[in-house]
Amino acid sequence: MTFIPTDAAPSAPSRKVGDFKPDLLLTQEHHLCPGCGEPLALRILLETIQELGVADRTIAVPGIGCYTSFSSTIDVDLVQALHGRAPSVATGVKRMLPDRCVFTLQGDGDMVNEGLQEVIHTAARGEAITCVLLNNGVFGETGGHMTATSVIGQRTKTSLDGRDADYHGYPILIGNLLAQLQGAAYVARGSVHSAGAVAKTKKMMHKAFETQLRGGGFSFVEVLTMCPTGWFIPTADGPGYMDDTLGQVHTMGELKAR
Amino acid sequence: MARRLMEGSEAMAEAAIACGCRFFAGYPMTPFTELLEHFAKKLPDVGGVCVNAESELEAVGMTWGALATGARAATGSTGQGLSLMQESFAEMTLAELPLVVFNMARGQGDYFQSTRGGGHGDYRHIVLAPMDIAEAVEHTQLAFHLADRWRNPVLVYGDYLLAHTSEAVDVSPVDFGPVPAKDWAVDGSLGGSGRSRSVSSLGIGKHGNLGPGIEAHFQAMVPKQEAIAAAEVRVETGFLDGAEVVVIAFGTAAKFVRYVVRQLRDEGVPIGYVRPVTLWPFPYEAVAAASEGVRGVMVFELNSGQMVDDVRLGVLGRAPVQFIGGISTDGSGFGVGDLLDVDVIRGRIEAALSSFPEGARA
Amino acid sequence: MKVLTRGTVTIDTGTCKGCELCIAACPPDVLVMSDPAQVNELGFRYPRLVAGCTGCLACLQVCPDFCFEVFKFEPPIELEVG
Repeated sequence: MTFIPTDAAPSAPSRKVGDFKPDLLLTQEHHLCPGCGEPLALRILLETIQELGVADRTIAVPGIGCYTSFSSTIDVDLVQALHGRAPSVATGVKRMLPDRCVFTLQGDGDMVNEGLQEVIHTAARGEAITCVLLNNGVFGETGGHMTATSVIGQRTKTSLDGRDADYHGYPILIGNLLAQLQGAAYVARGSVHSAGAVAKTKKMMHKAFETQLRGGGFSFVEVLTMCPTGWFIPTADGPGYMDDTLGQVHTMGELKAR
Repeated sequence: MARRLMEGSEAMAEAAIACGCRFFAGYPMTPFTELLEHFAKKLPDVGGVCVNAESELEAVGMTWGALATGARAATGSTGQGLSLMQESFAEMTLAELPLVVFNMARGQGDYFQSTRGGGHGDYRHIVLAPMDIAEAVEHTQLAFHLADRWRNPVLVYGDYLLAHTSEAVDVSPVDFGPVPAKDWAVDGSLGGSGRSRSVSSLGIGKHGNLGPGIEAHFQAMVPKQEAIAAAEVRVETGFLDGAEVVVIAFGTAAKFVRYVVRQLRDEGVPIGYVRPVTLWPFPYEAVAAASEGVRGVMVFELNSGQMVDDVRLGVLGRAPVQFIGGISTDGSGFGVGDLLDVDVIRGRIEAALSSFPEGARA
Repeated sequence: MKVLTRGTVTIDTGTCKGCELCIAACPPDVLVMSDPAQVNELGFRYPRLVAGCTGCLACLQVCPDFCFEVFKFEPPIELEVG
């Protein structure tokens, strides 16, 4: 096989069309697992903020999960919230600084388990913030436990034989739930299991933030992310597994757009 | 400014606004509800925000966010509602946020909750215990000052009596002196600069300026708490000269106790009192000094015995300590019971007086 | 044999965690994982590039470790394949 050198920029005339990392990310390095989908969602989010030109008036409110390690690497002003509590903290920020762009970044365990009440009330209130959900159907940081979005049949450390409707109940489709609330202006569910999905999700992210910036009300983007560690599958199988399981239940698409 | 007849809840809301509080979030619960109502009415008039949060948990969360932007902000409830906020209270102390919390308590049973903390970890809140509305007005403004001065939460221990009785009070701004600038607050402006800021209870900064790590962050709270303890003790004492017994009480109950002590002194009984004004830091030294050479120390509080533990630590065996208080409430469980009565209190003091051993005073 | 190549990438192989998502994501299939003996300092195999890249950005979009920089040749060039 003839390999093309990839250790330096090409010598033939060319134009760079993609940087290693988004401008708003202070370093590429992180300790998240191989094949983790969360950095892909983070890239979408940070590129969106950059492209909308609002970095210098954005305040991030992350919750607690694997993605909390990004709190120290995203170059925006930030208020760290407790598990489940980001929507209320973001509300306090936005009420005092209504012209800033305020968003939460939460996992499914954080938002749909611990913090279900908070995100529902915040959406119902039509709070002018953007909530971003990284949904991998599992509590990743604690080692792979069932959440409110885990799907029937999904094996986790607290559903060893697979989630069973009779014993564990059914998953909550949070995007669909929020879309029913009058206060919610834009609700969408994307995914990062393929380049095509990434591109679609980026459009959703743009629309969500644009909704906030034009004073349209509460916006919400759910992003399905791979978690091969929490799914107990080989790394490279992540995208396919997601497509076959979570993706069949938490389906991609715009759920509401006012 | 002239004095105006106001119920305690209104006076405290006025006081908060007078010293610059511009955000309040709360959830209705007796006897705190009126405080929330007054904030809801008054804050919009000064360009502030009051949110009737959907739960106490969300109330403290919203206050967290408002504080992070550098605003003076507060929340409150009664003890039961504050129970729900304990995780955030502990973490906001680590995040060094200048939170002011109003406990409009149902009696004095929240002493432990206020001073020992229902939350996790090694945190301390400054606790102010006003005895009447005039003091509550002062303490409300002092709370915001101390919170900003130390970047530490401050709790004002109010109660049903303060909330629902009326006094003529003057709510003018009090100048307690300068406080440090809030350069730690976030407003979004440093995004994309490479120097963006973090408000975090984890003590973790940004890449390139991560900070000393979680252990060092937790440990750094200790010298700060020690500095607060050394600087912010407040206590009122009276009639300690020649006192053979001492009564200790806090908050609104202490005003009743003080009245009885004055009455007894007028009749020649050698009795004095100590009234802790800060429940944390607790005035151990004043209690120790007051218990030197007395026949006995009595503690009156409307609970099954909470502050008495701190009194025992201050007395440290110098004299016998007797608890003369008790749980006392009305039929609803919210308000004032039969024990908060000067004749009843006098009876308890007299009974304890005769139970203490004779002599010992030099 | 040569093939028209519209783009190329720079790969930060030292940061790669060997997840292979880029391999599957690449539409013209021009990324292959290194041989088992070729690992980076973290101990992971990493992607290598053959001719035919279109500069579509798919690899960059799906890489969790921010390992890719993408370029488009102006004009496209012929590169050796095989």
